[in-house]
Amino acid sequence: MTIARTMLDKLWAAHEIVQREDGSSLLWVDRHLVHEGSHHAFAKLAARNLPVAEPALTFGVADHYVPTRNRLQITDATIARMINTLQSNTQQHGIEFMGLDDPRQGIVHVIGPEQGITLPGLLINCGDSHTSTHGAFGALAFGIGATEVAHVLATQTVWQKKPKSMRININGTLPFGVTAKDIALHWIAKLDNSGAQGHAIEYSGSVIKQLSMEARMTLCNMSIEGGARFGMIAPDNITFEYVKGRPYAPASAQWESAKQAWRQLTTDEGAPFDREIRIDSVDLAPTLTWGTSPDQAIAVDGYIPNPAAYDDAKAQTINSALEYMDLKAGQPIEGTPIDQIFLGSCTNARIEDIRSAAAVLKGKRVKVPGLVSPGSTAIKAQAEREGLDRIFIDAGLEWASSGCSSCVAMNGDTIGSGKRCASTTNRNFRGRQGRGSRTHLMSPIMVAAAALHGAIVDVRSLSLDEACV
Amino acid sequence: MNGWTAHTGMAVCLDVDNIDTDQIIPARFMSQPRVDGYADFLMHDLRRDNKGTLRPDFILNQHPNASVLLAGKNFGSGSSREAAVYALLDSGIQVVIAQSFGDIFASNAINNGVLPALVSADDWQTLHSSCTTPQLDCKVDLNTSTVNMSDTSIPFVIDETWRLKLINGWDDTDLTKEYQSQIDTFRARRFEANTWAWPTASD
Ligand code: SF4
Repeated sequence: MTIARTMLDKLWAAHEIVQREDGSSLLWVDRHLVHEGSHHAFAKLAARNLPVAEPALTFGVADHYVPTRNRLQITDATIARMINTLQSNTQQHGIEFMGLDDPRQGIVHVIGPEQGITLPGLLINCGDSHTSTHGAFGALAFGIGATEVAHVLATQTVWQKKPKSMRININGTLPFGVTAKDIALHWIAKLDNSGAQGHAIEYSGSVIKQLSMEARMTLCNMSIEGGARFGMIAPDNITFEYVKGRPYAPASAQWESAKQAWRQLTTDEGAPFDREIRIDSVDLAPTLTWGTSPDQAIAVDGYIPNPAAYDDAKAQTINSALEYMDLKAGQPIEGTPIDQIFLGSCTNARIEDIRSAAAVLKGKRVKVPGLVSPGSTAIKAQAEREGLDRIFIDAGLEWASSGCSSCVAMNGDTIGSGKRCASTTNRNFRGRQGRGSRTHLMSPIMVAAAALHGAIVDVRSLSLDEACV
Repeated sequence: MNGWTAHTGMAVCLDVDNIDTDQIIPARFMSQPRVDGYADFLMHDLRRDNKGTLRPDFILNQHPNASVLLAGKNFGSGSSREAAVYALLDSGIQVVIAQSFGDIFASNAINNGVLPALVSADDWQTLHSSCTTPQLDCKVDLNTSTVNMSDTSIPFVIDETWRLKLINGWDDTDLTKEYQSQIDTFRARRFEANTWAWPTASD
């Protein structure tokens, strides 16, 4: 009798080189992605005079610090230095580098899938917590720290203890106006921001099967905001369609055998999970954050929590978030005025996100300023071919180049202190978008709707062509 | 990295949940080379007002020599930035005690010799009540996995590998060398059986 195994079990077994007595596994790393932030790891390597073990499995891209405007003449010395350092580190070690003048440049978690670097069945590491994004392809993908990045560079392996398994089942059909971002914010609010710590999440159920790859990536991307280092979705025909023909994807001679191997990755019927969560799609609504942590999220027609209804510790957390966000307990979140919007990041700046926001904005003018930064240079070009840039510009928004931009504000695209931003990003931490910035996380269509009204508004109340969304 | 088995120092309490790594070190400081030192960046925006002046009411400003931090839940969640650990370490913090930690933060801490000591909710409360004023002689012992202050001894939980790594100051890159032949065998097998797993050469 064969034992029923989860996708996590299968992926783990396929990469395990040895398991030590203490239970730690040494895992083979199929793809390693590096960015400007990897300078600490390259410095560690240099200090020990070690070569990169597998340059052909390592890819470098500039994203975290890159300017989104006037990027060919970088005036900020720190930014120029960060990009140059990555370029020289990758060059020195014979690693493929995608710099500012490269049409493949973009946010690391966007370009991995886009270039076919990310595939089902691979183990993928990157020194960035949102590496969970790549799990959308049925890959074992997780973020690591600088010491671990140096270890992967030097050995192409990583030590890791197998996480516990958790399955989030979402069944039904997504209601109108509800997106993958809303699913993510919904479950994180339900379980809290550390609810999935120590676990690898597999998302499954009829809703997931219907999601596009773009939407699946949004969902897996946010896994870390619920505490999970890994998020994954079983590969299927939608996955294969996306991967096929991408530059680094298996060529035609290998395509069928690859697909056959990938089909085996799905969780067997009856395989046990350490934890199972069920969500019914009828309970889903457009959801956004009101506080300073991604689990402080409510439906757009909901009310800002009242600390009086909670125990002391929780009340203290709520109070301090309300103070930072300058919001009043018990009030409806809808109608809260905003100062600006940001549409970008590895969570929600793929072509589908940009199309959906453009559909909301088409032919209209926004009430507040904002920045649109596509997830990659290729997505930017695609959107321009479709005329979407004109829609944003005509609406009164700024159409910029690709990078992490205001998601982490390292490139100077900061949100001012006390300013309230409707944002498609993944973190509403204090100061994340700039010191004193106030971030409300939501989906691209909710951000577009907020831009039109200059306030938080229920996207379902706008008269839209349903087919566009 | 040097190993250690026991640490004695001043313990202070920062009773705030969800101190994420963006708060431990704001992103704008992360471009600095490590050799420059990260102490000044630790919790920069919590410690300083808008003009950059240290807030007198912030616990780490009152007690800059503290080396044991009793922190709220979910400490170090969020970004994988190891710089958060550099900022703690360069400020002299050797131990953080909490009821939960961000997964990536915890492994980054271990890789730099900083102990993320996990304690139960009840034990956290006990420590919290003795820590209302700074505890000068807090002793953290890796042999017994205990935190000892003001006559109480509290057990903490730590993965056995991690405990040994801290004690011996082990570096994974050195440890992994012992497995080089297994790595080589694995690599050869993987690409023989799964040719698709090697990236198609770019042109
Ligand atoms: S867009 Fe934001 S979350 Fe994504 S990789 Fe860049 S900084 Fe990290």
